[in-house]
Amino acid sequence: MSGRILRYTLHERLIHWVAGFAFVYLLVSGLAFYSPRLYWLVNPLGGGQTARAWHPWAGVLFTAVCVWMYRIWRGDMAISEQDRAWRKAIGRYVRNQDKDLPPAGRFNAGQKYFFWLMFWGGFLLLASGAVLWFPERIPWSLRSLRYAAVLIHVSAALATIGGFIIHVYMGTAVVRGGFTSIVRGEVTREWARAHHPLWLNEKE
Amino acid sequence: MKTLELKRVSATAAPAPGVREQATVSKYIDTTSCIGCKACEVACQEWNDLPAETTVQLGTYQTLPELTPNLWNLIRFNELDHDGALRWLMRKDQCMHCGDPGCLKACPAPGAIVQYMNGIVDFNQEACIGCGYCMTGCPFNIPKLNQKTQRVYKCTLCSDRVSVGLEPACIKACPTGCLQFGTKTQMLDLAGKRVAQLKGQGFEHAAVYDPPGVGGTGVVTVLAYGDQPELYALPKDPTIPLAVRIWKTPLKWLGSLAMTFGVVGTVLHYLRYGAKKAEE
Repeated sequence: MSGRILRYTLHERLIHWVAGFAFVYLLVSGLAFYSPRLYWLVNPLGGGQTARAWHPWAGVLFTAVCVWMYRIWRGDMAISEQDRAWRKAIGRYVRNQDKDLPPAGRFNAGQKYFFWLMFWGGFLLLASGAVLWFPERIPWSLRSLRYAAVLIHVSAALATIGGFIIHVYMGTAVVRGGFTSIVRGEVTREWARAHHPLWLNEKE
Repeated sequence: MKTLELKRVSATAAPAPGVREQATVSKYIDTTSCIGCKACEVACQEWNDLPAETTVQLGTYQTLPELTPNLWNLIRFNELDHDGALRWLMRKDQCMHCGDPGCLKACPAPGAIVQYMNGIVDFNQEACIGCGYCMTGCPFNIPKLNQKTQRVYKCTLCSDRVSVGLEPACIKACPTGCLQFGTKTQMLDLAGKRVAQLKGQGFEHAAVYDPPGVGGTGVVTVLAYGDQPELYALPKDPTIPLAVRIWKTPLKWLGSLAMTFGVVGTVLHYLRYGAKKAEE
């Protein structure tokens, strides 16, 4: 039985792309502040002062969308016993030997771990970012907060960037059809059977 | 900008272009002969044409609790009960012009903070993006962010006056001579003599405050109670905060390496394994 089935509703696609564009803005402006060698990245954003002013707001938007995603995907993203088995066998996924892996539901374990990385990473980034946003509001006696915030913000950013690189690579180059599904919402039955068999069973 | 006189430039990978040999300059502050008149505060406001701040009644002779974006020079006041005698400790607080400035190290905006060959650390508000990282990098709580302009301000050591051979405005205004200006060698010499004098007068812990942890400072301060700089709201052994040093060196390098390997890794993975096949 061939044909296309709906994988992501318009609502899901929309928030995915709000999060995606917010993250890319945060990434580009954040990298500019991270290293002098990348400071030129502020040019397309309208310069350093503009990027400095908008970066925190993009962070608020990103975290808000993460919370929204949590509301609609919490159930789908729950880590199961099968996901732990999947994680132990991740080498097979890397080597494209997917048939030897525990079958995936709507999201495979990698996607779930990515979601939780972004969710908790976003939370840490917002919490530490709030301290960096208003440095003049942190009294001198509490300056250790600023020191902690700098280290947390950079570390959490690096972790989420690592996840982001893998996510974009998997979604566009490795799992063909993944990118189209998050744009137009639909996948073929063959695609679903190959990548998310348990989800296909549920649908049928 | 006087590029030939730039010893350090913030957030700039290229070497600093300074070639002019210049002696390191320094302020000399003798807290023991300061009378707390605040002529230096006023002179600073006047020369830099800064709007007056509304003062705060702190129950002491201090104008405001801290420096502000429009007040770059503050006489800090403390009362000390020492062996039954009441002491008034007054110290002129301003940018210390560190030899190894934490503000400059923390700054992400190219050219927003510079250090001149003569040691003066100066903020260039045109390039400042108002992130406030300098406030995190500074161990002395000096740079202040102006909410309205979203730029950071602090004492310039009157770099405009010094560059044309004048002494800083605060020094010019001091009526007791407790403030002096010259090369750092001269000021250390002066401070050493004053400390010896104070020791002779019974201040056995009198000392010069020129902390090595920040590469020495462009402000040489004489303290009667030199073993307790905290009495003057000065940190005992200031350094650039450890978090800033970790962030700006190992964390930055590790992060850059990790991101590069991440991108290179995906390319290598694609060359070796390629895309997953859905239809079989």
